[in-house]
Amino acid sequence: MLYRENGQFKTSYRGDQQMLPILQDRIFMALLLLFVFIGGPFIFSDYMLLSTIIPFLILSLAALGLNLLVGYCGQISLGHAAFMSVGAYAAYNLALRIPQLNFLVVLILAGLIAALVGLLFGIPSLRIRGLYLAVATLAAQFFMDWTFARVKWFTNYASSGSVSTATIDLFGWQLNSPVRKYLFLAAVVTVFAVLAKNLVRGHMGRAWMAMRDMDVAAEVIGIRPVYAKLTAFAVSSFYVGVAGALWGFVYLGSWEPLAFDINLSLNLLFMIIIGGMGSILGSFFGAFFIVALPILLNHLPGWIGFDMSTAMVSNLEQMIFGSLIIFFLIVEPQGLARLWAIGKEKLRLWPFPH
Amino acid sequence: MKRNINLIILSVALLAGMIAPLATGASAAGFWVEVLLGGLMAGVLYSLVALGFVLIFKASGVFNFAQGAMVLFAALSVARMAERMPLWAAILLAVVIMVALAFIIERLVLRPLVNQDPVVLLMATLGVTFFLNGLGQSVWGSDVYEINLGIAREPIMILQSVFDGGILVNKDDIAATVAAVVLVTLLALFFRKTKTGRALRAVADDHLAAQSIGIPLNRIWVIVWSLAGVVALVAGVIWGAKLGVQFSVSQVALKALPVVILGGFTSIPGAIIGGLIIGVGEKMAEVFLAPIAVHAFNLAGGGIENWFAYVLALVFLLVLPEGLFGEKHIDRV
Repeated sequence: MLYRENGQFKTSYRGDQQMLPILQDRIFMALLLLFVFIGGPFIFSDYMLLSTIIPFLILSLAALGLNLLVGYCGQISLGHAAFMSVGAYAAYNLALRIPQLNFLVVLILAGLIAALVGLLFGIPSLRIRGLYLAVATLAAQFFMDWTFARVKWFTNYASSGSVSTATIDLFGWQLNSPVRKYLFLAAVVTVFAVLAKNLVRGHMGRAWMAMRDMDVAAEVIGIRPVYAKLTAFAVSSFYVGVAGALWGFVYLGSWEPLAFDINLSLNLLFMIIIGGMGSILGSFFGAFFIVALPILLNHLPGWIGFDMSTAMVSNLEQMIFGSLIIFFLIVEPQGLARLWAIGKEKLRLWPFPH
Repeated sequence: MKRNINLIILSVALLAGMIAPLATGASAAGFWVEVLLGGLMAGVLYSLVALGFVLIFKASGVFNFAQGAMVLFAALSVARMAERMPLWAAILLAVVIMVALAFIIERLVLRPLVNQDPVVLLMATLGVTFFLNGLGQSVWGSDVYEINLGIAREPIMILQSVFDGGILVNKDDIAATVAAVVLVTLLALFFRKTKTGRALRAVADDHLAAQSIGIPLNRIWVIVWSLAGVVALVAGVIWGAKLGVQFSVSQVALKALPVVILGGFTSIPGAIIGGLIIGVGEKMAEVFLAPIAVHAFNLAGGGIENWFAYVLALVFLLVLPEGLFGEKHIDRV
């Protein structure tokens, strides 16, 4: 009854092509943004921000980047944490060696460097696909792990191999409290999500999707595979690189190469499988799920008066992740985002479905 | 024709890389042979893990990411059960467990996902990987365990007359190699001589045709996954006896992926030879190449063997995408 587009007529091309064509969606989005930027700082405690919300925001940006590649362009990657590490170390070195650069510039440059590296490792995708590409991206993962652990220049000759960052200064506004970090991240993620949403609606996104659905047919209708695949790799790596820089600078503060190992890559993949492949919204659902589940599992036994060791919890977590992946692949391959869409469809007819 | 040229160039490059330290006098002949043998030993283990991959890929078209997790799970089961019973009983029980696991995977994962895209199946096996790692460690514990095969660990000297000071070889390495050879021979006989083996080959060739002449696909899948489980068990026991059973086993087993790229996804000899090449290649690279790289680029230690296999696979993918022995056909884009 509430969610129905009856009576909303489009009288111009502009109106027909806008990002959120239905009035209720626009209201919902406005309320959501209002909640995030105005309500958020008052509602979330510092602990909650640091433990849940900040990692959730950064990981959803990373998942979004991976989703552009895997979900929209159909090129699988098992090594996306490598591009996160490229972003993080690029940002570290830029901030270290050119201290007068603004952090926003550093962020963009780090993303561009990650995009270049992604482009490089995306080249095999022009000749191979599917399973073969999975191994090629694993090469990126292990090679980058090794590079940042062994080549001392990247870590500025730190003896322990770990690097740490200074507090971020944005035009005199110090990112020194959880609330400020949260607001900054929320703004960055919002901008990038809107960009991605428009990217996949546009020329480039359509080329990616055509490539994913059937590459031969896409080529026949005039989409250049080289262009489509390499842009997907570059844009995806750019997003992931920015997420990596944020992960290092805003969330971790100091980190070592192990922070970006293959488990992070797999976790990113899980986020988009559970959240929904080929869906911007799904990346957020998936990231939230992966961040929230361990916290829930840690607290749940305590609430129901049942004691569990931390090792047991982490094993259980792995088992639940594993089963959920299989469950989603079988039952709902399009993930939580599809459930959301079904919910919206139901809501259109509710409460009089006939 | 072009393929042959690429193959020759790659082989020559690999061989040249191997012989270079010997030819330039950078290493003594005895030491070089020791490194070679050490690489071959590691290669045997990679081959065994890769064998499991190839078996499953041939029969069901599934790229089984979980093979490493199966190795870990099998090794953990043997190690923990052997604490309470004789080793042979533990191994037998572990075989039963692996077969049961194959049944469960076929029922709950493969059957509902039949005819899906290979990438979807790959992701499903990622789920299996996580599940098995969690299950194994919550049932059997997550410390480092030992498997004692009752073979003395003392090294023996061989070929003292040929090389200065002879060559050190571990007895358990020899036993492992013998076990691997026996296993592969048994598998080959099974595929050639038995009715089930023929059915397996038929399914691998063309599963629709196989189904139409009355070969039950579901049962074949169970058999193949059980076989892969048993191969994983052997690999796990050998590995566990050598290095101890611990979580890292499942990560190192990821190296079987480059191995199957090198050997070709569908070739059992390819898996074995690919494993040996990767094993020798990364040992040689670590021992002879890493010090040079460390010196030249001022690195913080070697560790080339962590990525050597993957980058080698990447080179193969670019030059010889179907691997050494794989089927010629590959989806070119």
